[in-house]
Amino acid sequence: MKIDKNTINKIARLSRIKLDDKESEDYINDLNSILNWVEQLNEVNTENVEPLSIISSSILPKREDVSKDTNSSEEILENAPDKLEGFFAVPKVVE
Amino acid sequence: MNNLIKGEKHDWEMVIGLEIHAQVKSNSKLFSSSSTKFGSSPNSQVSLVDAAMPGMLPVINKYCVEQAIKTGVGLNAKINNYSVFDRKNYFYADLPQGYQISQYKYPIVGEGKVTIDFKDGTSKDIRIVRLHLEQDAGKSLHDQNPSKTYVDLNRSGVALMEIVSEPDIRTPDEAGMYISKIRSILMYLDTCDGNMQEGSLRADVNISVRKPGDEYGTRCEIKNLNSIKFIKQAINYEAKRQIEILESGGSIEQNTMLFNTSTCKTRPMRNKEEAHDYRYFPDPDLLPLEISKEEIGKIKSSIPELPDELKNKFIETYKLSNYDASVLTAEKQTSDYFNETINSDSELKNHAKIVVNWITSELFSLLNKNNQDLNNSPISPENLGQLIKLISTNEISGKIAKDVLEDMFSSGKTARQIVDEKGLQQVTDQGEIAKVIDEVIAENSKMVEQYLAGKDKLLGFFVGQAMKLTKGKANPKMLNDILKQKLIKKN
Repeated sequence: MKIDKNTINKIARLSRIKLDDKESEDYINDLNSILNWVEQLNEVNTENVEPLSIISSSILPKREDVSKDTNSSEEILENAPDKLEGFFAVPKVVE
Repeated sequence: MNNLIKGEKHDWEMVIGLEIHAQVKSNSKLFSSSSTKFGSSPNSQVSLVDAAMPGMLPVINKYCVEQAIKTGVGLNAKINNYSVFDRKNYFYADLPQGYQISQYKYPIVGEGKVTIDFKDGTSKDIRIVRLHLEQDAGKSLHDQNPSKTYVDLNRSGVALMEIVSEPDIRTPDEAGMYISKIRSILMYLDTCDGNMQEGSLRADVNISVRKPGDEYGTRCEIKNLNSIKFIKQAINYEAKRQIEILESGGSIEQNTMLFNTSTCKTRPMRNKEEAHDYRYFPDPDLLPLEISKEEIGKIKSSIPELPDELKNKFIETYKLSNYDASVLTAEKQTSDYFNETINSDSELKNHAKIVVNWITSELFSLLNKNNQDLNNSPISPENLGQLIKLISTNEISGKIAKDVLEDMFSSGKTARQIVDEKGLQQVTDQGEIAKVIDEVIAENSKMVEQYLAGKDKLLGFFVGQAMKLTKGKANPKMLNDILKQKLIKKN
């Protein structure tokens, strides 16, 4: 796999990050060298091996369905740049 | 049945699949202990997990998992012993994490099916592709301020079951019947409250059109419809839109649409350039969900009777028609009410059809008129049973019973009390009825002559007069019989 200008632009857009030309160039180089290094793994035969996403052998812990009163609004809104009557206020999302 | 719609040039067939989002009925959220209660003040039920504060970790709600398994069993579906939670990545103001925890490659429930019944007695299976568990997002209010969107995260993290159908649906009516059936199953199972107004059940509709026999066409997805009426309207509009494009030589662009409920039109939600790329990957904060055969077996044995089984039981036990039985079983509260009524007196089992009629027409119309629900009906099943027994034993006439029912509804008294207090017992004394008829005949000698001269319609007039004199209490059959006998004698 090769990272080109289009791919880097797409990744930047999906991540909501603005890159100038110099930065794009740097990231293309960095990501390509990372990918090249990781691609060494292609030499290993992984046929019939399920992708590994978790290395822990423990079991998913579960909780009982008990609700706790949080009455959270004050705390939750504490860091909000803008709020109104208990709501977060953000720049309008739709036209 | 002809399911085709006419275009300008030829006939078209709709191909429809539904993704239903059903909110799991639970006390707390899928991965946090915040309450799921509807209608609380904004942002009052948001834990640090729901707000995606750094370092917070999700812990799954055991009960939500059981609810999903139960629902899977109700949809005749395969329950997967192994499923995985993935992150579905996108940016939106009401999604603090920047991703939704969902299930992608390994859902908790696999293929299943539900059956829909048509009025003409035929039925059709709609295949289910899968059911998976996921988090709901927060709620955005766009119309309160010209330059701001307001966000409430109370709903953020509440457990949803997404139920995906195969594109087996061919008409707007079938879509409506399918979602009603799913809703009914969920409510019998008590895994979702089914409240579409509060958004506990909503659907995305995938729709394309094709010439009969052709391959599937390109589809569009209409997002977030929260009533059966809107689902049908949106499908009708969108099918027409696609047909017009195709017939004028254009092609359909795969797109996500929004339905405007005031104009009844669909419009594209976002353009292709911003097409979603969700970059699903397994959530490293959550281990795979493994469910043993024993756990599945235990849940299976706890499943209550479902609408289809109950319908068949009603048909068999009470010799009801398919239609009556499906009306009774469409909503759990109706079948519960029927069961309690018919079991309130052993006599009533022989009058099942009368019980059905009194519930589904008389009681329902009273409830409707007063904007009430069967759940808070002022008339208990026992009291309705008592009224029906008074009818079946000929103690009161059906006509008077309707007045008694209205009285019961407003006063809360029992049928027996009302009948006794007002002296409404049917008059079944032959002599008494005959006396009244003699009076009527004597007072209307001219009419009697006309009747005897062939004006048969006047019989109803005599009956009416006699009923009036008995305040409606005469047994109608006896009144009719005696009246006819007396008139024949006159001839």
